Amino acid sequence: MIAFVKKYEGLWLFVHSPAAMVAAVFAVVILWGAVFAPWIALVNPYDLASFSLFDGLLPPVWLDGANPKYLLGTDDQGRDMISSILYGARLSLVIGLSALAIAAVLGVGLGLAAGYYGGRFDAIVMRIADVQLALPAILTALLIDGIARGILPAAIQQDLRVAVLTLAIALSLWVNFARTARASTFVQMNKEYVQAAIIMGQHPLRVMFVHILPNILGPLLVIMTVDLASAILLEATLSFLGIGLPADSPSLGTLIRIGMQFLLSGEWWILWIPTVFLLVLVVSINILGDFLRDVFNPRLR
Amino acid sequence: MLTIKNLTVKFPSRFGDFTAIEDVDMTIKPGEIHGLVGESGAGKSTVGAAAIGLLQSPGYVSNGTLTLGDTDLRTLTLAQAHKVRGDRISMIFQDPQTSLNPLMTIEDQLIETIQAHSDVSVSAARKRAVYLLEEIGIKNAAQRIKAYPHQFSGGMRQRVVIALAVSTDPELIIADEPTTALDVAVQSQVLDLIQQLAKERQIAFMLITHDIGVIAQVADRVTVMRKGRVIETGNTAQVLGTPKHPYTQALMDAVPPLDRKIDRFRVPDVGDTVSTLGDFAENWLLEGQLHDLTGLSLKNLTVRFAGPRTSFFRKPPPYTALDDVTLNIKPGSIMGLVGESGSGKSTLAKTITGLITPSRGTMTLGDTALPFGKSRSRHHPSRQLVQMVFQDPYSSLNSRHQVGDILTEPLWFYGFVKDAKEREKLAVSMLSLVGMQPEVITKYPHQFSGGQRQRIAVARALLARPRFLICDEPTSALDVSIQAEILNLLKDLQTKFGLTILFISHNLAVVRQMADDTAVLRNGKIEEVGETHALYTAPKAEYTKSLLALTPVMPTYWQT
Repeated sequence: MIAFVKKYEGLWLFVHSPAAMVAAVFAVVILWGAVFAPWIALVNPYDLASFSLFDGLLPPVWLDGANPKYLLGTDDQGRDMISSILYGARLSLVIGLSALAIAAVLGVGLGLAAGYYGGRFDAIVMRIADVQLALPAILTALLIDGIARGILPAAIQQDLRVAVLTLAIALSLWVNFARTARASTFVQMNKEYVQAAIIMGQHPLRVMFVHILPNILGPLLVIMTVDLASAILLEATLSFLGIGLPADSPSLGTLIRIGMQFLLSGEWWILWIPTVFLLVLVVSINILGDFLRDVFNPRLR
Repeated sequence: MLTIKNLTVKFPSRFGDFTAIEDVDMTIKPGEIHGLVGESGAGKSTVGAAAIGLLQSPGYVSNGTLTLGDTDLRTLTLAQAHKVRGDRISMIFQDPQTSLNPLMTIEDQLIETIQAHSDVSVSAARKRAVYLLEEIGIKNAAQRIKAYPHQFSGGMRQRVVIALAVSTDPELIIADEPTTALDVAVQSQVLDLIQQLAKERQIAFMLITHDIGVIAQVADRVTVMRKGRVIETGNTAQVLGTPKHPYTQALMDAVPPLDRKIDRFRVPDVGDTVSTLGDFAENWLLEGQLHDLTGLSLKNLTVRFAGPRTSFFRKPPPYTALDDVTLNIKPGSIMGLVGESGSGKSTLAKTITGLITPSRGTMTLGDTALPFGKSRSRHHPSRQLVQMVFQDPYSSLNSRHQVGDILTEPLWFYGFVKDAKEREKLAVSMLSLVGMQPEVITKYPHQFSGGQRQRIAVARALLARPRFLICDEPTSALDVSIQAEILNLLKDLQTKFGLTILFISHNLAVVRQMADDTAVLRNGKIEEVGETHALYTAPKAEYTKSLLALTPVMPTYWQT
């Protein structure tokens, strides 16, 4: 085991970084909870039959009047907070990860091509990226949301809410990938192995994806973790503002919005518990991203 | 006088202490230039850093004594050590580009240094700075002192660095590869300056370099290091001319001489030359040999780049990288191409391979014209017939691909071998042909040394069945003993397979060993072309003469 850890630089750094280990534990626990929510959760918050209004507004177990069945209390509908959060995190992670995947494919593809071809193509792609950066993410999301509402028939709008939200988040995140991929590609273009491939007459797509891409994955992985946190936060923001998901299929942001209504009436846990949960999730991912950056950039060590 | 005794430097790491140098003894008298040679990783620079007290953290001196005059350098406090640095010991680094502050004028940097070490007024310091610059050979110093480092050429900058080093009247100057980044003409000026300072000011120099020619030219005494230990030390003429230790002898055998051609370098045998594993690849290569030897001729080749933009509205003036180059490379011969940095050597290679588009001229490979740059299609036959071995073996192999993938790629790409198993067999056989073990096929490039990587790069080039090979400074990133091995390998392969080679190098001695014909390039123009022996023994162009005269060599009479 020790020999194994010594062999892999990243692993060695990992077991010597308490912050990264704690963050990893949180992230893994949350991920498991989200993936296995249907088996772990006490009630299914989407299924009206599985909870009862009579259990509404119960406080967490350490307060008076709590029901030990609901460890962190319930909301006004009688839904168990833990169950809501697990299901909410599931939805948030699904949206975050798919938005990230779309942004990564779009951004890395465009960035690689911009770095490879340079010149006019590069200029056009990067100006589009600049314009995209000038628009706040929320504005982009509102725009896409508005367009979707305008062109999609009302019947399927509800079903496509998750897809629209995902697309909106992806569109505001691809720029990071494009810029990083382009800058790294520029560096690789001067390397002799790339020139060797071009001299051989290999297809540009092969040079980009088989030769260059594996060499620029390091910085892209770091962007991915940081952007996963942004995606989750963005989804929460949009849902909080009511542009995102409706109250009957709550994500973390929706839970926080619902909780806001009870803040002044004394039922603070309905707001605070999802908020702290979101905070822990985002901070954990960010710490892991920071750690990855250190692993991939020996000069910062 | 610097005395080093039993010096041992260790670097703690998480796998235990790593001993960088062990039991190093050395004395340098005032006015003596003491050469310190060895291959990369020998610990030369660590000796210098330990002497000046600038060991890279977390390295530490674990044993031994370091004394300068009667000061014990190991017992100094931080403040005292700081005073000794600069006051009594100075340092000259390899790259004058980075050792000067680009945002300060030469004047400010000199005045700052002088005032840091002696209590004088600004005007007195300025006077001294001008005097120093004049002394080291910068004309019109009173005006030029106002310039910023980027306004000086590389050689001038290195002079300024030397002026900074001597500005405090040190007893010892540690020069770590002071001329490695410089062209031969500038190198010889800097070396002259070092010799002059040693003689006139009685400054002791520790001259750290990998270049034996430089040592032979200026050093009084020399210490040879290997793997952190001193191998041999003594008078330069004795150590280099009649080396006692087998390692020094092998090292000297590997140094290419400028004044004669040797058929093969004497290198220690690897041992497994009996292997017949390479026969398969050899036969395969010879099979593709049906057509004749392929030469290359260039006519009036001109390459222009856009120069720096002077106005937003006007087109930037063109910069001519290659000017009317006409060169005929005979089929089956090796053409050497020499020139200083910026002369257009690499531009020529890139133009032939189609990475750069020339503005004028013709290129003919065999008897077909080569299309220029982007107009050469990806399926043009020259893509396979012309292959290249690059300068930097650390970047010419894709670090994320296994050696096996790197080697089989050309076989697959050019459609030579359809079966994946067969491709791998051929790659293994080719590895053996270039002197490597078959099991390396599953490793990644970073697991190999520079010389081994260059062998892999040669194998990759050969697996494309080329008829014309461009070697762009193939050995300049390698140690001299490895260089000898690679040069031997290239020679063997060339004779075996009748390759035509364009061999590009800044090192005249290497080209003499390799090339049948030699062309001298300067500022994009061919100064002289001719049969190698004739060109080296009776150069016609003034430029060739000066290049040959300035290249540091060992006096012939040293050799046994």
